[in-house]
Amino acid sequence: MSKRFTSLALTAHPPAATRRGRGRSRRVVAPFTAVSVLVAGAALAGCGQQRDADTYTVMNSSTDESYHRWDAEAMARCGKELGVTIEQQSVPAAQVMTKALRMASSKSLPDIVQFDASEMPTFADAGGLVDLRTLGLSTDDIPDGIVDFGSYKGTYYGAARSVNTLALFYNKDVLDKAGVEVPTTWAELRATAKKLTQGKQYGLALSAGGAEDGVFQFTPFMWSNGGDETDLDGPKVVEALDYWKGLLKDRSLSKSTVNWTQADVNDQFMAGNAAMMINGPWQVETLNSDKSLHWGIAPIPVPEAGDDSVGPLGGAVLTVPNTGDEAREKTAGKIVACLASEQEQLTYALNSWMVPANAKAAAVWREKVPELDSLADQVAVARSRTAKLGAGWSSVSLALQSAFQSALTGQSSETALKRAQQRATSGN
Amino acid sequence: MTTPMPTTSTVGAQTPAKASEPASAPDPGRIARRRRLAQWGFVAPAVVFMLLFFGYPLVRNVVMSFQDYTPKTFFTGESPFNGADNWSNVFQDALFGKALWHTLVFTAGSLLGQFCIGLALAVFFSRRFPLNGVLRSLILLPWLVPMVVSGIVWRRILDQDTGVLNSFLDTLGIGGHTPWLTSPEMALLSVILVNIWIGIPFNMVILYGGLQEIPKELHEAAALDGASAWRTFRSVTLPMLKPVVTVVLVLGFMSTVKILDLILALTDGGPADATQTLGTLTYQNSFVQLDFGAGAVVGNVLILISAVFAVFYLRANRTEGK
Repeated sequence: MSKRFTSLALTAHPPAATRRGRGRSRRVVAPFTAVSVLVAGAALAGCGQQRDADTYTVMNSSTDESYHRWDAEAMARCGKELGVTIEQQSVPAAQVMTKALRMASSKSLPDIVQFDASEMPTFADAGGLVDLRTLGLSTDDIPDGIVDFGSYKGTYYGAARSVNTLALFYNKDVLDKAGVEVPTTWAELRATAKKLTQGKQYGLALSAGGAEDGVFQFTPFMWSNGGDETDLDGPKVVEALDYWKGLLKDRSLSKSTVNWTQADVNDQFMAGNAAMMINGPWQVETLNSDKSLHWGIAPIPVPEAGDDSVGPLGGAVLTVPNTGDEAREKTAGKIVACLASEQEQLTYALNSWMVPANAKAAAVWREKVPELDSLADQVAVARSRTAKLGAGWSSVSLALQSAFQSALTGQSSETALKRAQQRATSGN
Repeated sequence: MTTPMPTTSTVGAQTPAKASEPASAPDPGRIARRRRLAQWGFVAPAVVFMLLFFGYPLVRNVVMSFQDYTPKTFFTGESPFNGADNWSNVFQDALFGKALWHTLVFTAGSLLGQFCIGLALAVFFSRRFPLNGVLRSLILLPWLVPMVVSGIVWRRILDQDTGVLNSFLDTLGIGGHTPWLTSPEMALLSVILVNIWIGIPFNMVILYGGLQEIPKELHEAAALDGASAWRTFRSVTLPMLKPVVTVVLVLGFMSTVKILDLILALTDGGPADATQTLGTLTYQNSFVQLDFGAGAVVGNVLILISAVFAVFYLRANRTEGK
């Protein structure tokens, strides 16, 4: 070690006494040129990725320890069945799309990508996905709504394992104590929320934050009222937003609503700062961690008794990206089929508290988790956010966020939504 | 400017020299040329590195702002030029004007607050008193906390109903229900205040270092002349501190103008776009809407603003050098 160091030092600093002009300059220049080349080389390397014949990669957003473990177990089972190794690569949800795009341009896409269903159309639109039906996947036992959920322009690109939607969660103890029933209509919800608003406790908590969370939570109000994302300034959407404004005016909602994510809403509910909340089944694991909290779940109230409660369909879909290697794509299709099989769906759904996409699995699930029964009902009629707009959803979502935040902080719903509609159309 | 071109001429000049003189005799011209070559050899790695990691992305970003760059591009590699379409779209968007204004207010407000408080603390800590070192290192804490963590913690502190700050103000009996992050009028101010909190340590440390450099004799001389503390500060300390002040302000400007993570963690640009800055707009265009051309336009505007200040900085440094 010390010997090597000395020789290195000598090369870098030749003794000043030796005046060997030519040799010296060349000796000095050469290593530096080599360094430059190395730097350039290092920058260009790492683009291509060697594929191992029997190793398949799945990119997903299961960065939570529990989800990562459940997925790893499912992949191990499917890998054993198909005689291949399946590797899981988890990146934060917000990075799945951009990472997949970058991998597409460097031709190093993984064999399977799990997209959030609202992002899948964008990737499909760019020509990045393979039709799952051509890979032999069947959609026989999957309800139409969920087939549409995984489809873009009529082609079935994404197999959902489980789906979720929003529901009304309520604190049983608080409702019992106040002697009120679980609300089913807007009028009841407003009255109940007002009654339950006392001291530190708000009647209802929901997310109206400036991200997709807030838009997701606004859709059941917009859709159940007959409003539509293609007509943001239509009277039905205005009415839905006015309803939110009414809740805020009654002080049934905290003013911080505009700054809350869905996770914040859950924290507030668990801390006893809200008697009811709008949220999804992915919070159940956390809710159950507090044994003293007795919560119930119900469909989101509708404008008038008898209306359908139309919630947003959420969840991820497994897709096979277009890598051009047909043999690998075929095997990837088999892996997707295995991961989305009836048995795997049930396992995943029981772990994650979401509803299996497959109708048969959902029936078994209902028996096993009766307390979430109403969620299964809601999922059956829930609507996909991107069904109408496809890749255009993101512009509408951004415009809508800005609109309900403006309205909740003082502007009139009509003005805010008019502006949103303009922004959504000019942005496309 | 000299270029590596002379290498070729060296070869040409060598041939006659070789014929007339013994090879071992040193030729002063040749040595000079070799030395120049060696100098370029030293500079080359830096030049290559800069071109690759700074020049290329910069040029690419400018080019991209004139292209129709969509998710499709990643597959087909095709990104047709669309003239100034991206630029006119972005400039016509009312949100761009808003974001530009917010960015300016945010930057000016943050710099002013960070600098004044940082300077005051630096002057305070340049005196000797017990626990000076401990307190100074405590004030460094905000600097050690990652921006996103600060954002998340402050979002909780500033929550209108359950936040610690409002509860505290409530017990004091003043403004217990301030809508820090939930009112479009307040949100930008709150975000600036949090950023000031984050930026104080940096300002304090650099300015404190600058204060240590000022010879003690100058202050003694001023004291002998009968100058008051304020007069000494104004006429001795501040002028001597000027080079450090330039560094602090310019570096502070560069890191503040492109703010993104803090705002995303605190408000997500809301409520009602009240805290959208050029940074969040770039992020939204490129990574939410996947309109990379529009994102590049806003990014370029940011680079342009920073470049103007970089030039000021370099000029200021040059005059200091003379």
